[in-house]
Amino acid sequence: MSKVIINQVGKVFERAASPVPALENVNLSIEDNEFITLVGASGCGKSTLLRILAGLEYRTSGEVLCDGRNISTPGADRAMVFQHYSLYPWLTVIENIKFSRQLKVNRENLSSSDVEAASGRADALLNLIGLRKVRDAYPNQLSGGMQQRVAIARALMGRPSILLMDEPFGALDSQTREVMHDLILHIHRIEKTTIVFVTHDVEEAVYLGQRVVLMQPRPGRIHSIFPVPLPAQRTQDMKHSEPFRALRAEILARIRESTGITTDLDMLEQLNLQSAVV
Amino acid sequence: MSDTSSHPARPGIWRIAGQLSRSQYWMFALLGLFIPFSAWAMLSASGWVDPIFMPGPWSVLTRLMSWLMADDLAGDALISIYRVAAGFALSAALALPLGLLIGAFRPVEALLEPLTDFIRYMPAVAFIPLVMLWLGIGESAKISIIFIGTFFQMVLMVADNVRLVPLAQIEAALTMGATRFEMIRLVLAQSARPAMLDTLRITMGWAWTYLVVAELVAANSGLGYAILKAQRYLKTDTIFGGIILIGVIGLVMDQGFRWLHRRLYPWAHTRG
Repeated sequence: MSKVIINQVGKVFERAASPVPALENVNLSIEDNEFITLVGASGCGKSTLLRILAGLEYRTSGEVLCDGRNISTPGADRAMVFQHYSLYPWLTVIENIKFSRQLKVNRENLSSSDVEAASGRADALLNLIGLRKVRDAYPNQLSGGMQQRVAIARALMGRPSILLMDEPFGALDSQTREVMHDLILHIHRIEKTTIVFVTHDVEEAVYLGQRVVLMQPRPGRIHSIFPVPLPAQRTQDMKHSEPFRALRAEILARIRESTGITTDLDMLEQLNLQSAVV
Repeated sequence: MSDTSSHPARPGIWRIAGQLSRSQYWMFALLGLFIPFSAWAMLSASGWVDPIFMPGPWSVLTRLMSWLMADDLAGDALISIYRVAAGFALSAALALPLGLLIGAFRPVEALLEPLTDFIRYMPAVAFIPLVMLWLGIGESAKISIIFIGTFFQMVLMVADNVRLVPLAQIEAALTMGATRFEMIRLVLAQSARPAMLDTLRITMGWAWTYLVVAELVAANSGLGYAILKAQRYLKTDTIFGGIILIGVIGLVMDQGFRWLHRRLYPWAHTRG
Protein backbone atom coordinates (compact mmCIF):
# COMPACT_ATOMS: atom_id res chain seq x y z
CA MET A 1 0.00 0.00 0.00
CA SER A 2 1.11 3.55 -0.60
CA LYS A 3 2.82 5.43 2.20
CA VAL A 4 0.45 8.36 2.00
CA ILE A 5 -2.99 8.40 0.42
CA ILE A 6 -4.66 11.75 -0.05
CA ASN A 7 -8.26 11.12 -0.97
CA GLN A 8 -10.69 13.81 -2.13
CA VAL A 9 -9.15 16.37 0.23
CA GLY A 10 -10.69 19.83 0.27
CA LYS A 11 -10.17 22.88 2.40
CA VAL A 12 -12.39 25.93 2.76
CA PHE A 13 -11.18 28.95 4.70
CA GLU A 14 -14.18 30.27 6.58
CA ARG A 15 -13.37 33.94 6.41
CA ALA A 16 -15.72 36.72 7.47
CA ALA A 17 -18.12 37.30 4.61
CA SER A 18 -17.67 34.52 2.07
CA PRO A 19 -15.86 31.19 2.47
CA VAL A 20 -12.73 30.87 0.32
CA PRO A 21 -12.05 27.45 -1.22
CA ALA A 22 -8.31 26.80 -0.84
CA LEU A 23 -8.20 23.17 -1.96
CA GLU A 24 -10.63 21.07 -3.93
CA ASN A 25 -10.71 17.35 -4.73
CA VAL A 26 -7.04 16.65 -4.18
CA ASN A 27 -6.06 13.05 -4.82
CA LEU A 28 -2.48 11.86 -4.53
CA SER A 29 -0.67 8.70 -3.52
CA ILE A 30 2.91 8.88 -2.31
CA GLU A 31 5.07 5.77 -2.27
CA ASP A 32 7.52 4.75 0.43
CA ASN A 33 10.93 6.43 0.05
CA GLU A 34 9.63 8.67 -2.71
CA PHE A 35 10.80 12.26 -3.18
CA ILE A 36 7.77 14.31 -4.25
CA THR A 37 7.91 18.01 -5.06
CA LEU A 38 4.85 20.24 -5.06
CA VAL A 39 5.11 23.27 -7.30
CA GLY A 40 2.72 25.95 -8.51
CA ALA A 41 1.91 29.64 -8.57
CA SER A 42 1.21 31.40 -5.30
CA GLY A 43 -2.26 30.67 -3.99
CA CYS A 44 -2.37 27.18 -5.50
CA GLY A 45 -2.63 25.60 -2.07
CA LYS A 46 0.68 23.70 -2.12
CA SER A 47 1.65 24.89 1.37
CA THR A 48 -1.89 24.30 2.64
CA LEU A 49 -1.76 20.72 1.37
CA LEU A 50 1.60 20.18 3.07
CA ARG A 51 0.29 21.63 6.33
CA ILE A 52 -2.75 19.36 6.14
CA LEU A 53 -0.34 16.41 5.79
CA ALA A 54 1.51 17.72 8.86
CA GLY A 55 -1.75 18.07 10.77
CA LEU A 56 -1.08 21.78 11.34
CA GLU A 57 -4.06 22.75 9.18
CA TYR A 58 -7.39 20.89 9.20
CA ARG A 59 -9.12 19.75 6.06
CA THR A 60 -12.80 20.39 5.55
CA SER A 61 -13.38 17.27 3.44
CA GLY A 62 -11.71 14.05 2.33
CA GLU A 63 -9.23 11.85 4.16
CA VAL A 64 -5.46 11.58 4.54
CA LEU A 65 -4.03 8.15 5.28
CA CYS A 66 -0.46 7.90 6.46
CA ASP A 67 0.85 4.33 6.90
CA GLY A 68 -2.80 3.30 6.79
CA ARG A 69 -3.90 5.56 9.66
CA ASN A 70 -6.27 8.44 9.09
CA ILE A 71 -4.47 11.51 10.40
CA SER A 72 -5.86 14.80 11.65
CA THR A 73 -3.39 16.08 14.25
CA PRO A 74 0.37 16.72 14.15
CA GLY A 75 2.58 13.81 15.12
CA ALA A 76 6.21 12.79 15.41
CA ASP A 77 5.83 10.53 12.35
CA ARG A 78 5.49 13.61 10.13
CA ALA A 79 8.32 16.06 10.89
CA MET A 80 8.41 19.38 9.11
CA VAL A 81 11.17 21.76 8.02
CA PHE A 82 10.03 25.38 7.75
CA GLN A 83 11.38 28.22 5.64
CA HIS A 84 12.99 29.93 8.66
CA TYR A 85 12.83 30.97 12.32
CA SER A 86 12.01 27.47 13.51
CA LEU A 87 15.26 26.70 15.35
CA TYR A 88 15.43 27.27 19.10
CA PRO A 89 17.90 30.13 19.58
CA TRP A 90 18.47 29.28 23.26
CA LEU A 91 19.78 25.83 22.38
CA THR A 92 23.10 24.99 20.74
CA VAL A 93 23.25 23.16 17.44
CA ILE A 94 23.52 19.72 19.07
CA GLU A 95 20.82 20.56 21.62
CA ASN A 96 18.50 21.64 18.82
CA ILE A 97 19.11 18.36 17.02
CA LYS A 98 18.40 16.42 20.23
CA PHE A 99 15.32 18.48 21.10
CA SER A 100 12.80 15.76 20.33
CA ARG A 101 14.55 13.38 22.76
CA GLN A 102 13.04 15.33 25.66
CA LEU A 103 9.50 14.74 24.45
CA LYS A 104 7.34 12.11 26.08
CA VAL A 105 6.56 10.56 22.72
CA ASN A 106 10.22 9.52 22.43
CA ARG A 107 10.76 8.58 26.08
CA GLU A 108 8.18 5.87 26.53
CA ASN A 109 9.54 2.32 26.73
CA LEU A 110 13.08 3.54 26.44
CA SER A 111 15.97 1.21 27.26
CA SER A 112 19.47 2.41 28.04
CA SER A 113 20.75 1.16 24.71
CA ASP A 114 18.12 3.33 23.01
CA VAL A 115 19.46 6.36 24.85
CA GLU A 116 22.98 5.56 23.71
CA ALA A 117 21.81 4.97 20.17
CA ALA A 118 20.00 8.32 20.21
CA SER A 119 23.11 10.14 21.29
CA GLY A 120 25.05 8.37 18.54
CA ARG A 121 22.36 9.28 16.06
CA ALA A 122 22.55 12.97 16.95
CA ASP A 123 26.28 12.94 16.28
CA ALA A 124 25.80 10.96 13.08
CA LEU A 125 23.25 13.53 11.87
CA LEU A 126 25.64 16.33 12.81
CA ASN A 127 28.27 14.68 10.61
CA LEU A 128 25.78 14.07 7.84
CA ILE A 129 24.96 17.78 7.62
CA GLY A 130 28.68 18.62 7.87
CA LEU A 131 28.42 20.85 10.94
CA ARG A 132 30.56 19.00 13.48
CA LYS A 133 32.71 22.11 13.90
CA VAL A 134 29.82 24.25 15.10
CA ARG A 135 28.34 21.58 17.38
CA ASP A 136 28.14 23.96 20.37
CA ALA A 137 27.37 27.19 18.53
CA TYR A 138 24.03 28.95 18.84
CA PRO A 139 21.77 29.26 15.76
CA ASN A 140 22.22 33.05 15.66
CA GLN A 141 25.91 32.50 15.03
CA LEU A 142 25.25 30.43 11.91
CA SER A 143 24.51 31.40 8.30
CA GLY A 144 21.03 30.83 6.90
CA GLY A 145 22.14 27.71 5.04
CA MET A 146 23.72 26.21 8.16
CA GLN A 147 20.58 26.96 10.15
CA GLN A 148 18.47 25.05 7.63
CA ARG A 149 20.85 22.09 7.85
CA VAL A 150 20.32 22.02 11.60
CA ALA A 151 16.55 22.23 11.10
CA ILE A 152 16.74 19.23 8.76
CA ALA A 153 18.83 17.21 11.21
CA ARG A 154 16.46 18.08 14.06
CA ALA A 155 13.48 16.94 12.00
CA LEU A 156 15.23 13.66 11.13
CA MET A 157 16.27 12.92 14.72
CA GLY A 158 13.01 11.18 15.64
CA ARG A 159 13.14 9.02 12.47
CA PRO A 160 9.93 10.41 11.02
CA SER A 161 8.07 8.31 8.54
CA ILE A 162 7.72 11.33 6.26
CA LEU A 163 9.75 14.53 6.03
CA LEU A 164 7.67 17.56 5.03
CA MET A 165 9.57 20.57 3.70
CA ASP A 166 7.89 23.94 3.19
CA GLU A 167 10.09 26.02 0.87
CA PRO A 168 13.05 25.21 3.12
CA PHE A 169 15.62 26.88 0.85
CA GLY A 170 13.43 29.80 -0.21
CA ALA A 171 15.39 32.34 1.84
CA LEU A 172 18.85 31.16 0.74
CA ASP A 173 21.09 32.54 -2.00
CA SER A 174 21.37 30.47 -5.17
CA GLN A 175 24.88 29.07 -4.51
CA THR A 176 23.86 27.88 -1.06
CA ARG A 177 20.68 26.39 -2.52
CA GLU A 178 22.64 24.23 -4.94
CA VAL A 179 24.72 22.86 -2.09
CA MET A 180 21.56 22.22 -0.07
CA HIS A 181 19.94 20.44 -3.02
CA ASP A 182 22.73 17.90 -3.22
CA LEU A 183 22.74 17.57 0.57
CA ILE A 184 19.03 16.79 0.78
CA LEU A 185 19.32 14.26 -2.08
CA HIS A 186 22.20 12.63 -0.20
CA ILE A 187 20.13 12.55 2.99
CA HIS A 188 17.21 11.05 1.08
CA ARG A 189 19.41 8.21 -0.16
CA ILE A 190 20.96 7.52 3.24
CA GLU A 191 17.96 7.97 5.52
CA LYS A 192 15.46 6.41 3.11
CA THR A 193 12.87 8.94 4.19
CA THR A 194 9.80 9.78 2.19
CA ILE A 195 10.04 13.48 1.37
CA VAL A 196 7.30 15.89 0.34
CA PHE A 197 8.90 19.16 -0.71
CA VAL A 198 7.01 22.39 -1.48
CA THR A 199 8.65 25.04 -3.65
CA HIS A 200 7.75 27.79 -6.09
CA ASP A 201 11.03 27.23 -7.95
CA VAL A 202 10.42 24.92 -10.93
CA GLU A 203 14.11 24.15 -11.44
CA GLU A 204 14.38 23.07 -7.81
CA ALA A 205 11.23 20.95 -8.13
CA VAL A 206 12.52 19.12 -11.22
CA TYR A 207 16.06 18.65 -9.90
CA LEU A 208 14.93 17.18 -6.56
CA GLY A 209 11.71 15.35 -7.32
CA GLN A 210 11.13 11.85 -8.61
CA ARG A 211 7.67 13.14 -9.44
CA VAL A 212 6.68 16.79 -9.69
CA VAL A 213 3.13 17.60 -8.67
CA LEU A 214 1.95 20.76 -10.39
CA MET A 215 -0.87 22.58 -8.64
CA GLN A 216 -3.04 25.40 -9.89
CA PRO A 217 -4.92 28.12 -8.04
CA ARG A 218 -8.53 29.24 -7.54
CA PRO A 219 -9.41 26.84 -6.10
CA GLY A 220 -6.19 24.98 -5.31
CA ARG A 221 -6.06 21.62 -7.05
CA ILE A 222 -3.65 19.26 -8.76
CA HIS A 223 -3.14 20.18 -12.40
CA SER A 224 -0.91 17.31 -13.40
CA ILE A 225 1.80 15.00 -12.13
CA PHE A 226 5.09 14.72 -14.05
CA PRO A 227 7.47 11.79 -13.52
CA VAL A 228 11.00 13.21 -13.84
CA PRO A 229 12.88 11.41 -16.65
CA LEU A 230 16.28 11.65 -14.99
CA PRO A 231 18.46 9.00 -13.29
CA ALA A 232 17.79 8.50 -9.57
CA GLN A 233 21.23 9.85 -8.70
CA ARG A 234 21.11 13.50 -9.73
CA THR A 235 24.11 15.65 -10.58
CA GLN A 236 24.26 19.38 -11.19
CA ASP A 237 25.23 18.96 -14.88
CA MET A 238 21.86 17.26 -15.53
CA LYS A 239 20.35 20.73 -15.29
CA HIS A 240 21.73 21.33 -18.77
CA SER A 241 20.41 18.06 -20.18
CA GLU A 242 17.62 18.06 -22.74
CA PRO A 243 15.01 16.13 -20.66
CA PHE A 244 15.57 18.48 -17.69
CA ARG A 245 15.16 21.63 -19.76
CA ALA A 246 12.17 20.26 -21.63
CA LEU A 247 10.33 19.34 -18.43
CA ARG A 248 11.16 22.65 -16.79
CA ALA A 249 9.88 24.56 -19.83
CA GLU A 250 6.74 22.43 -19.94
CA ILE A 251 5.92 23.04 -16.25
CA LEU A 252 6.64 26.76 -16.52
CA ALA A 253 4.32 26.99 -19.52
CA ARG A 254 1.57 25.13 -17.62
CA ILE A 255 1.98 27.48 -14.64
CA ARG A 256 1.62 30.52 -16.90
CA GLU A 257 -1.41 28.97 -18.50
CA SER A 258 -3.07 28.07 -15.21
CA THR A 259 -2.62 31.51 -13.69
CA GLY A 260 -3.37 33.37 -16.89
CA ILE A 261 -0.35 35.59 -16.39
CA THR A 262 0.33 37.05 -19.80
CA THR A 263 0.14 40.67 -18.70
CA ASP A 264 3.86 40.97 -18.04
CA LEU A 265 4.73 39.63 -21.48
CA ASP A 266 2.26 41.99 -23.15
CA MET A 267 3.73 44.88 -21.26
CA LEU A 268 7.28 43.97 -22.24
CA GLU A 269 6.25 43.67 -25.85
CA GLN A 270 4.71 47.12 -25.82
CA LEU A 271 7.82 48.60 -24.23
CA ASN A 272 9.90 46.98 -26.97
CA LEU A 273 7.65 48.45 -29.63
CA GLN A 274 7.89 51.90 -28.09
CA SER A 275 11.68 51.82 -27.88
CA ALA A 276 11.81 50.62 -31.49
CA VAL A 277 9.81 53.68 -32.55
CA VAL A 278 12.12 55.99 -30.58
CA MET B 1 41.93 64.86 -6.26
CA SER B 2 42.50 65.67 -2.59
CA ASP B 3 44.10 63.22 -0.21
CA THR B 4 41.04 62.75 1.98
CA SER B 5 38.83 61.60 -0.87
CA SER B 6 41.12 58.68 -1.71
CA HIS B 7 39.81 56.85 1.38
CA PRO B 8 36.11 56.15 1.80
CA ALA B 9 34.92 58.38 4.63
CA ARG B 10 33.78 56.76 7.87
CA PRO B 11 30.03 57.40 8.01
CA GLY B 12 29.18 60.25 10.37
CA ILE B 13 27.72 59.58 13.80
CA TRP B 14 24.67 61.71 13.01
CA ARG B 15 23.50 59.46 10.19
CA ILE B 16 20.06 57.99 10.91
CA ALA B 17 20.46 54.48 12.38
CA GLY B 18 24.22 55.16 12.40
CA GLN B 19 26.93 53.70 14.62
CA LEU B 20 28.72 54.94 17.76
CA SER B 21 31.93 53.48 19.13
CA ARG B 22 31.93 52.48 22.78
CA SER B 23 34.01 55.46 23.85
CA GLN B 24 31.81 57.84 21.87
CA TYR B 25 28.77 56.31 23.55
CA TRP B 26 30.21 56.92 27.00
CA MET B 27 31.23 60.43 26.07
CA PHE B 28 27.66 61.29 25.11
CA ALA B 29 26.22 59.50 28.15
CA LEU B 30 28.46 61.44 30.52
CA LEU B 31 27.70 64.65 28.66
CA GLY B 32 23.99 63.97 29.11
CA LEU B 33 24.49 63.65 32.86
CA PHE B 34 26.98 66.50 33.11
CA ILE B 35 24.93 69.20 31.35
CA PRO B 36 21.87 69.23 33.65
CA PHE B 37 24.08 68.72 36.68
CA SER B 38 26.31 71.70 35.88
CA ALA B 39 23.27 73.79 34.94
CA TRP B 40 21.90 73.03 38.39
CA ALA B 41 25.25 73.88 40.03
CA MET B 42 25.53 77.19 38.17
CA LEU B 43 21.95 78.13 38.86
CA SER B 44 22.36 77.62 42.59
CA ALA B 45 25.77 79.34 42.63
CA SER B 46 24.42 82.38 40.75
CA GLY B 47 22.21 83.29 43.68
CA TRP B 48 19.14 83.82 41.49
CA VAL B 49 17.17 81.21 43.35
CA ASP B 50 16.64 80.97 47.10
CA PRO B 51 18.64 77.97 48.43
CA ILE B 52 15.55 77.12 50.51
CA PHE B 53 13.80 76.21 47.25
CA MET B 54 16.77 74.95 45.32
CA PRO B 55 19.82 73.87 47.28
CA GLY B 56 23.07 73.44 45.38
CA PRO B 57 24.66 70.06 44.56
CA TRP B 58 27.20 70.52 47.31
CA SER B 59 24.64 71.04 50.10
CA VAL B 60 22.60 68.07 48.81
CA LEU B 61 25.72 65.91 48.92
CA THR B 62 26.55 67.13 52.45
CA ARG B 63 23.00 66.40 53.52
CA LEU B 64 23.18 62.89 52.03
CA MET B 65 26.39 62.28 54.01
CA SER B 66 24.90 63.49 57.27
CA TRP B 67 21.71 61.53 56.54
CA LEU B 68 23.88 58.46 56.08
CA MET B 69 25.98 59.06 59.22
CA ALA B 70 23.45 60.45 61.68
CA ASP B 71 19.92 59.84 60.45
CA ASP B 72 19.86 56.23 59.32
CA LEU B 73 19.78 56.67 55.54
CA ALA B 74 20.66 52.99 55.18
CA GLY B 75 17.61 52.03 57.25
CA ASP B 76 15.30 54.20 55.11
CA ALA B 77 16.77 52.84 51.90
CA LEU B 78 16.62 49.22 53.08
CA ILE B 79 12.99 49.33 54.18
CA SER B 80 12.08 50.91 50.83
CA ILE B 81 14.05 48.30 48.91
CA TYR B 82 12.37 45.59 50.98
CA ARG B 83 8.89 46.90 50.13
CA VAL B 84 9.68 47.18 46.44
CA ALA B 85 11.22 43.71 46.39
CA ALA B 86 8.28 42.13 48.23
CA GLY B 87 5.57 43.80 46.13
CA PHE B 88 7.50 43.17 42.93
CA ALA B 89 8.21 39.53 43.75
CA LEU B 90 4.56 38.92 44.56
CA SER B 91 3.56 40.51 41.25
CA ALA B 92 6.08 38.49 39.27
CA ALA B 93 5.20 35.21 41.02
CA LEU B 94 1.60 35.55 39.87
CA ALA B 95 2.04 37.48 36.62
CA LEU B 96 4.57 35.13 35.00
CA PRO B 97 2.46 31.94 35.11
CA LEU B 98 -0.77 33.80 34.42
CA GLY B 99 0.73 35.72 31.50
CA LEU B 100 2.09 32.44 30.14
CA LEU B 101 -1.39 30.91 30.24
CA ILE B 102 -3.00 33.98 28.64
CA GLY B 103 -0.37 33.96 25.90
CA ALA B 104 -0.72 30.22 25.32
CA PHE B 105 -4.46 29.64 25.41
CA ARG B 106 -7.04 31.74 23.59
CA PRO B 107 -9.90 30.94 26.03
CA VAL B 108 -7.76 32.09 28.98
CA GLU B 109 -6.91 35.22 27.02
CA ALA B 110 -10.59 35.93 26.35
CA LEU B 111 -11.46 35.20 29.98
CA LEU B 112 -8.80 37.34 31.63
CA GLU B 113 -7.38 39.91 29.25
CA PRO B 114 -10.36 42.28 28.98
CA LEU B 115 -10.75 42.09 32.76
CA THR B 116 -7.05 42.86 33.29
CA ASP B 117 -7.20 45.71 30.80
CA PHE B 118 -10.17 47.14 32.69
CA ILE B 119 -8.43 47.01 36.07
CA ARG B 120 -5.17 48.29 34.58
CA TYR B 121 -6.84 51.55 33.65
CA MET B 122 -7.99 52.13 37.22
CA PRO B 123 -5.34 54.33 38.82
CA ALA B 124 -3.45 52.33 41.44
CA VAL B 125 -3.15 55.46 43.56
CA ALA B 126 -6.94 55.59 43.90
CA PHE B 127 -6.83 52.24 45.66
CA ILE B 128 -4.78 53.68 48.52
CA PRO B 129 -7.77 54.73 50.67
CA LEU B 130 -9.34 51.33 50.16
CA VAL B 131 -6.12 49.47 50.94
CA MET B 132 -5.67 51.56 54.09
CA LEU B 133 -9.21 50.73 55.18
CA TRP B 134 -8.69 47.05 54.58
CA LEU B 135 -5.08 46.55 55.59
CA GLY B 136 -4.25 49.61 57.75
CA ILE B 137 -0.90 51.28 57.25
CA GLY B 138 1.34 48.27 57.92
CA GLU B 139 3.85 46.77 55.51
CA SER B 140 1.13 44.79 53.76
CA ALA B 141 -0.56 48.03 52.69
CA LYS B 142 2.57 49.35 50.98
CA ILE B 143 3.28 46.00 49.38
CA SER B 144 -0.32 45.83 48.14
CA ILE B 145 -0.08 49.24 46.47
CA ILE B 146 3.08 48.17 44.64
CA PHE B 147 1.36 44.94 43.68
CA ILE B 148 -1.72 46.74 42.32
CA GLY B 149 0.50 49.17 40.43
CA THR B 150 2.64 46.55 38.72
CA PHE B 151 0.75 43.24 38.54
CA PHE B 152 -1.85 44.08 35.89
CA GLN B 153 0.68 45.73 33.60
CA MET B 154 3.05 42.82 34.06
CA VAL B 155 0.45 40.16 33.20
CA LEU B 156 -0.39 41.85 29.91
CA MET B 157 3.25 42.38 28.99
CA VAL B 158 4.18 38.78 29.79
CA ALA B 159 1.21 37.56 27.73
CA ASP B 160 2.52 39.67 24.84
CA ASN B 161 6.02 38.25 25.31
CA VAL B 162 4.56 34.76 24.96
CA ARG B 163 2.43 35.65 21.96
CA LEU B 164 5.53 36.94 20.16
CA VAL B 165 7.16 33.49 20.18
CA PRO B 166 7.60 32.73 16.45
CA LEU B 167 4.88 30.42 15.13
CA ALA B 168 7.52 28.31 13.35
CA GLN B 169 9.10 27.43 16.72
CA ILE B 170 5.72 26.24 17.98
CA GLU B 171 4.80 24.34 14.84
CA ALA B 172 8.21 22.66 14.67
CA ALA B 173 7.63 21.27 18.18
CA LEU B 174 4.13 20.14 17.18
CA THR B 175 5.50 18.13 14.26
CA MET B 176 8.05 16.57 16.59
CA GLY B 177 5.17 15.33 18.72
CA ALA B 178 5.22 17.79 21.65
CA THR B 179 2.24 17.74 24.01
CA ARG B 180 0.56 20.92 25.21
CA PHE B 181 2.44 20.92 28.50
CA GLU B 182 5.75 20.22 26.77
CA MET B 183 5.03 23.09 24.42
CA ILE B 184 4.60 25.51 27.32
CA ARG B 185 7.57 24.22 29.28
CA LEU B 186 10.07 23.57 26.48
CA VAL B 187 9.15 26.16 23.86
CA LEU B 188 6.96 29.05 25.04
CA ALA B 189 8.56 29.64 28.45
CA GLN B 190 12.07 29.14 27.07
CA SER B 191 11.65 31.27 24.00
CA ALA B 192 10.00 34.16 25.87
CA ARG B 193 12.49 34.26 28.76
CA PRO B 194 14.63 37.18 27.52
CA ALA B 195 11.55 39.26 26.73
CA MET B 196 10.05 38.40 30.12
CA LEU B 197 13.20 39.56 31.90
CA ASP B 198 12.92 42.84 30.02
CA THR B 199 9.31 43.09 31.17
CA LEU B 200 10.49 42.62 34.75
CA ARG B 201 13.14 45.29 34.27
CA ILE B 202 10.60 47.80 33.00
CA THR B 203 7.96 47.05 35.64
CA MET B 204 10.61 47.34 38.36
CA GLY B 205 10.77 51.04 37.52
CA TRP B 206 7.02 51.35 38.06
CA ALA B 207 7.30 49.48 41.36
CA TRP B 208 9.56 52.30 42.63
CA THR B 209 7.03 54.90 41.55
CA TYR B 210 4.26 53.21 43.48
CA LEU B 211 6.53 52.69 46.49
CA VAL B 212 7.06 56.42 46.82
CA VAL B 213 3.33 57.01 46.37
CA ALA B 214 2.54 54.49 49.09
CA GLU B 215 5.16 55.89 51.44
CA LEU B 216 4.04 59.46 50.89
CA VAL B 217 0.58 58.53 52.11
CA ALA B 218 0.89 55.75 54.59
CA ALA B 219 4.28 55.19 56.20
CA ASN B 220 6.58 56.25 58.98
CA SER B 221 9.80 55.01 57.43
CA GLY B 222 11.43 54.72 54.04
CA LEU B 223 12.78 57.10 51.41
CA GLY B 224 9.35 58.33 50.30
CA TYR B 225 8.41 59.06 53.88
CA ALA B 226 11.70 60.91 54.45
CA ILE B 227 10.94 63.10 51.45
CA LEU B 228 7.46 63.87 52.77
CA LYS B 229 8.79 64.67 56.25
CA ALA B 230 11.45 66.95 54.75
CA GLN B 231 8.76 68.92 52.96
CA ARG B 232 7.11 69.80 56.29
CA TYR B 233 10.34 71.29 57.57
CA LEU B 234 11.36 72.92 54.26
CA LYS B 235 14.43 70.70 54.08
CA THR B 236 14.76 70.84 50.33
CA ASP B 237 18.27 69.39 50.43
CA THR B 238 16.79 66.18 51.89
CA ILE B 239 14.07 66.15 49.22
CA PHE B 240 16.68 66.52 46.49
CA GLY B 241 18.90 63.90 48.12
CA GLY B 242 16.03 61.43 48.43
CA ILE B 243 14.91 61.87 44.84
CA ILE B 244 18.46 61.52 43.51
CA LEU B 245 19.04 58.46 45.66
CA ILE B 246 15.91 56.76 44.33
CA GLY B 247 17.12 57.57 40.82
CA VAL B 248 20.51 56.03 41.54
CA ILE B 249 18.98 52.88 43.05
CA GLY B 250 16.75 52.60 40.00
CA LEU B 251 19.68 53.02 37.64
CA VAL B 252 21.69 50.37 39.49
CA MET B 253 18.77 47.91 39.41
CA ASP B 254 18.16 48.58 35.73
CA GLN B 255 21.81 47.95 34.93
CA GLY B 256 21.64 44.84 37.11
CA PHE B 257 18.76 43.50 35.04
CA ARG B 258 20.63 44.29 31.83
CA TRP B 259 23.72 42.52 33.13
CA LEU B 260 21.62 39.52 34.12
CA HIS B 261 20.06 39.52 30.66
CA ARG B 262 23.44 39.37 28.93
CA ARG B 263 24.65 36.79 31.42
CA LEU B 264 21.64 34.45 31.26
CA TYR B 265 20.78 34.79 27.60
CA PRO B 266 23.99 35.32 25.65
CA TRP B 267 22.27 33.74 22.64
CA ALA B 268 19.82 36.65 22.53
CA HIS B 269 22.72 39.09 22.15
CA THR B 270 24.71 37.41 19.36
CA ARG B 271 23.83 38.37 15.85
CA GLY B 272 25.14 36.26 13.01
